[in-house]
Amino acid sequence: MTISMEATASLDQGPPDDAVDLLAMMLRIRMFEDKVMDLFSQNLVRGSTHLCQGQEAVTVGVCSTLRPVDTMTCTYRGHGAVIAKGAALDACFGELLGRVGGLCRGKGGSMHFADFSVGAIGSNAIVGAHLPITVGAALASSYVGDDRVAVSFFGDGATNIGAFHEALNLAAIWKLPAVFVIENNQYGEYSPLRATTPIDRLARRADSYGIPGVLVDGNDVAAVRSVAQSAVQRARAGDGPTLIEADTYRQVGHSRSDPATYRPAGELDRWLAKDPILLLEQSMLARWSEADLDAVRQAAQHDVDVALETALAMPEPPLDELAKDVWA
Amino acid sequence: MSDEINYRKVIAVALADAMREDDSVLLLGEDVGAAGGAFKTTAGLFEEFGARRVRDTPISEQAIVGAAIGSALCGLRPVAEIMFADFAGVCFDQIANQLAKYRYMTAGQAHLPVTIRMANGAGAGFAAQHSQAAENWFLSIPGLKIAVPATVPDLYLLLRAAIRDNDPVLVFEHKNLFALKGPIPRDAEPLRLGVADVVRRGSDVTIVATQQMRHRSVEAAELLAQDGIEVTVIDPRTLIPFDDEAVRASLEQTARLMVVQETVQAGSWGASLIARMVQHHFELFDAPPMLISTPDTPAPYAASLEREWLPSVDDIRISARDLVNW
Ligand SMILES: Cc1ncc(C[n+]2csc(CCOP(=O)(O)OP(=O)(O)O)c2C)c(N)n1
Ligand SMILES: [Mg+2]
Repeated sequence: MTISMEATASLDQGPPDDAVDLLAMMLRIRMFEDKVMDLFSQNLVRGSTHLCQGQEAVTVGVCSTLRPVDTMTCTYRGHGAVIAKGAALDACFGELLGRVGGLCRGKGGSMHFADFSVGAIGSNAIVGAHLPITVGAALASSYVGDDRVAVSFFGDGATNIGAFHEALNLAAIWKLPAVFVIENNQYGEYSPLRATTPIDRLARRADSYGIPGVLVDGNDVAAVRSVAQSAVQRARAGDGPTLIEADTYRQVGHSRSDPATYRPAGELDRWLAKDPILLLEQSMLARWSEADLDAVRQAAQHDVDVALETALAMPEPPLDELAKDVWA
Repeated sequence: MSDEINYRKVIAVALADAMREDDSVLLLGEDVGAAGGAFKTTAGLFEEFGARRVRDTPISEQAIVGAAIGSALCGLRPVAEIMFADFAGVCFDQIANQLAKYRYMTAGQAHLPVTIRMANGAGAGFAAQHSQAAENWFLSIPGLKIAVPATVPDLYLLLRAAIRDNDPVLVFEHKNLFALKGPIPRDAEPLRLGVADVVRRGSDVTIVATQQMRHRSVEAAELLAQDGIEVTVIDPRTLIPFDDEAVRASLEQTARLMVVQETVQAGSWGASLIARMVQHHFELFDAPPMLISTPDTPAPYAASLEREWLPSVDDIRISARDLVNW
């Protein structure tokens, strides 16, 4: 029943033609998240925040196959996904800082980045809850007969919540244009996957829904993109949803307060050696010079620094914002 | 206006009229299509509108509500059916954390024109897990509108208003009113959510009640009138928004307030209404407000027990007399 789809490209075959753009986006996300860590230690970020350093190739690879009209939902660990979908960095920082110029005028915060103008239709802080919503977005495309695709990013842990099952089952029987992407970063909050999940390859769960399940190296942006492309094409062609498992690693703790001491010795180092940005840069050296890469790095850092400065100058929301937007 | 129809059947009439008016309206739920609904409230719609617009779902309440939310975010105007309101428990997150908050968290980047229809209430012997007046579960979640129609025309008009509304509306259809008859108000003005119906006017006591309890209150009022006690009965029709002004205006005349509800006191709309009235209009009261509720137990099965559990016409009549004589 399951159609197997293999990655048709990988960085081993050399860098993609648009490697500079992919690298720039991954660096912007990495540098954004590093800055968030700083802001956190300065007490400028309220509540909690969940960072995605190490996972950038998944969201950048997938989103590079999407158009602004395609929709994307993601988790509270979603800064990278929303930036990869095209949201402006200054508005992202503004949201994080609780400023009126933020994506959601400071009402959502770190866990609720959304920018409908680029198709980022919501970051969800309830594990798995955005999967049924993604089904609805895909239903809308199929209902009106346009060719928009609905993509959802979620964690390995989310494959154990009921909403995952209900969403994939419904998307499958209605053959909806949805792509479900597991960011398998090996952990829930603090529990390793094997402690919570009786199978080791989550893509196999696709079998229950009669849809393709694909495993991909989530640190290889070219490989991620190639499986995403097939899944998106399949969706647009009316052949239904795909489940992609992108194997990756969360290089930092789960959230602000987590030093991640539960990781076995050597695990982080093994994954750092496969850092997605490092892998892309290494492959790019076949066609670009170290100086070229440096220029990309500097431009990304400049973008992030300027965006933060802009955001820090944004005012806090006026108090009349409190009562706005409850009702249409 | 001559056509009489029952409360069960007017649902499909309202849905069909909404679907003819607007192609972005679609229905989803368990057995709503070919089977015509577990309560036959969507009978005939599949035949007229087909499988694209009348969609049978798996038994997946989270996916039903989530799909409604996602499709609304992308421009549709979905009507989701949750077969029994009690089942809202299994998709509570989608209603409470997603549907209600999506607009606020995204600072109004999207509208949520979602209608959720649910069969509600006790009196037909469905026992504890199929008899709750579940509207009270949603009172403390800003972002949801709540409609509780008691009559055939109100059900028609409230459903139409809910579907046209750009905010989420939960519409509770009372199972024990399915056989009630009334006219289809096709020529009436569209109803605004938040406008009470003053069902009858009297100067001695104001009774506020919804759905099944509205009808029992009217019956009690007619009996009281024979004894010379004149009762105003107000049906708020929607709990959010609530027509406080209709109640306040009536209190100016009666100075006595009774609320009758088909649920326990704790966390109920009746308790909230009394709190607001006492807080803001204390000077209008000549007697303590009275709240008639069910005992603090789940709904029982046996006919004798369920009859005892629900506020009866006699409970209302006797309590209203006490209130007037206070
Ligand atoms: C329904 C629900 N249960 C629990 C939590 C608390 N929680 C937040 S993140 C998280 C771990 C989720 O793990 P995973 O799905 O793998 O995503 P990751 O955080 O690794 O990206 C948990 C348990 C929550 N937010 N929602
Ligand atoms: Mg995880």
